[in-house]
Amino acid sequence: MFAKYALGAATAISLIAAGSASAETITIATVNNGDMIRMQGLTDDFTTKTGHVVEWVTLEENVLRQRVTTDITTKGGQFDIMTIGMYETPIWGRNGWLVPLDDLPAEYDADDILPAMRGGLSVDGTLYAAPFYGESSMIMYRTDLMEKAGLEMPDAPTWEFVAGAARAMTDKDNGIYGICLRGKAGWGENMAFLTATANAFGARWFDENWQAQFDQPEWKETLEFYVNLMNDAGPPGASNNGFNENLSLFQQGKCGMWIDATVAASFVTNPDDSTVANKVGFALAPDTGKGKRGNWLWAWALGIPAGTQKTDAAKEFIQWATSKEYIELVAAKEGWANVPPGARTSLYEDPNYKDVPFARMTLESILSADPTNPTVDPVPYVGIQFAAIPEFAGIAGQVGQEFAAALAGQQSVDEALAKAQALTTDEMEAAGY
Amino acid sequence: MARAITSQRKALNTALAWGVGLLIFFPILWTILTSFKTEAQAISDPPVFLFFDWTLENYSVVQQRSDYGRFLWNSIIIAGGSTILGIIIAVPAAWSMAFVPSKRTKDILLWMLSTKMLPAVGVLYPIYLIFIKLGLLDTKTGLVIVLMLINLPIIVWMLYTYFKEIPGEILEAARMDGATLREEVLYILTPMAIPGIASTLLLNVILAWNEAFWTLNLTAAKAAPLTAFIASYSSPEGLFYAKLSAASTMAIAPILILGWFSQKQLVSGLTFGAVK
Repeated sequence: MFAKYALGAATAISLIAAGSASAETITIATVNNGDMIRMQGLTDDFTTKTGHVVEWVTLEENVLRQRVTTDITTKGGQFDIMTIGMYETPIWGRNGWLVPLDDLPAEYDADDILPAMRGGLSVDGTLYAAPFYGESSMIMYRTDLMEKAGLEMPDAPTWEFVAGAARAMTDKDNGIYGICLRGKAGWGENMAFLTATANAFGARWFDENWQAQFDQPEWKETLEFYVNLMNDAGPPGASNNGFNENLSLFQQGKCGMWIDATVAASFVTNPDDSTVANKVGFALAPDTGKGKRGNWLWAWALGIPAGTQKTDAAKEFIQWATSKEYIELVAAKEGWANVPPGARTSLYEDPNYKDVPFARMTLESILSADPTNPTVDPVPYVGIQFAAIPEFAGIAGQVGQEFAAALAGQQSVDEALAKAQALTTDEMEAAGY
Repeated sequence: MARAITSQRKALNTALAWGVGLLIFFPILWTILTSFKTEAQAISDPPVFLFFDWTLENYSVVQQRSDYGRFLWNSIIIAGGSTILGIIIAVPAAWSMAFVPSKRTKDILLWMLSTKMLPAVGVLYPIYLIFIKLGLLDTKTGLVIVLMLINLPIIVWMLYTYFKEIPGEILEAARMDGATLREEVLYILTPMAIPGIASTLLLNVILAWNEAFWTLNLTAAKAAPLTAFIASYSSPEGLFYAKLSAASTMAIAPILILGWFSQKQLVSGLTFGAVK
């Protein structure tokens, strides 16, 4: 009897000792959005399983980007895991700033990660950040207004159809605008939408020799189409509207259509916040018959900065947060509509997830996006709504200002494009391209 | 002879003052009101002003999600520490500039102020690298030093203007009576300049409390003050205005209360010396 107790006690002591020897406190920098906040709430599950404690630094997206960029370029070592996107990951991975995630165990099933996501977060086949959730863009439209206009939305519409439908649905006297699109300046705001849309019109940022292409007819066609459509069928003051402003307009029933991130689908169909929750349909982002659609691809992913002392604990966290088991944990606690979407193939094969109204169109949008071959003509860069080069964020920020001014009527489309061409050429020459 | 003011004119002035006051206060009022709305009411169009279902849900969510007490404590230490340290350095500096000026005093004062014209982001990397070397990243000590340095020109300037109002003869008399330099500054100058020092103190606490560039960029999990607390509720992808408003209200409440109780000192200090 005594021997049994002694053995039990010894086992318990050694387990506690082993646990405390390897238990670490890891600091994670992340963005403030629904999926990330949900993950913070479930961190206890990770701590129970591994003994590691997690400290969160949650920041607004733009602040976070500046904060983690400063830290990683100076090797500040403030964070053990950083939440980064598809823009940063290939650039940082190539610079050797991130720990490669090529040794994840077999049960993690890295092959289950959607190929488009894996491709966008890898450099030469090596994964540098694991996708927590992924998104593309698609059309969200009001089924009742579409019916009222006597139209039927196809699964894969053209821009011509969308523009016609937007004008037909517009009823400005009653505060209904046929289409709400991003107009607020910023590389992640209007330029994400316009760069992706320009792909559908056959435009590109740079040719194979890194020459700016804003002086080409495809860009003029894109920008004129957008400005005219927004003037005819967009809400007033559209040059101030970003994701949140359009979300607010759509939820209040003021937009006929909204083309934006697929994650918005869960907001607009949530009856607690949206007045039109049961009147929303989904379709692929439009094309112009040139073989490319204007749907982007983005992932919020977890990466480990090179130089952290806690690589093993950080890897354990990433495996937990981006695993199939985590998806099941969220589903059990918060329902299938709240699981992080767009990262794993198995999610879309799960019969439980098939009932979620926006699941199919989200998957089709993600699958039809190809960051390595984003537009009609060949390009030297990777990325759909951005070009994954360090200079892009700065240049696109300035170009975004010019395009927003064109939308606001402060300058013509030609003037905006001429300025965009000049400033992009200058910046690229200065950067040595 | 006092100028006669008609009662009509007085009423007009009062109304105007109230109008301007309310206009300035309105954004804060709106934030406080929004913090008691649901997320759907927060964005409703037309906006609802007072007649909505008041809820404390946002406060409970914020309390649950963040450790408000820790952020508040960090803010108090950083704002208070940097101000006190600044005053300790600035009093002797302002004394020498006010009472024993040299040919270059005016230039030095202007040069000090000119450092405020440099955009903070321009020195982010050098300061970040220095902080890494000294192990000051994400520490309250580091932020106390940085905020003291960036507010020091304002503290020196304010104290200098107040000290200029004090007649040099009083200090001279003290010196004649055998007061040492330390006694002169500590027992003669400081008590006479109390209103000025108090308002400098208050203004700098407010400036340091609201400072949102260095406090966000030099902290992570340990030393983050209330500015980081607010930043964690702002989101470009998702409508969380009611929760953001609740977080903002909680962040400004302490400084609002401090300002309310010390408004007399603040106003008398800011107008100190204007009437003789």
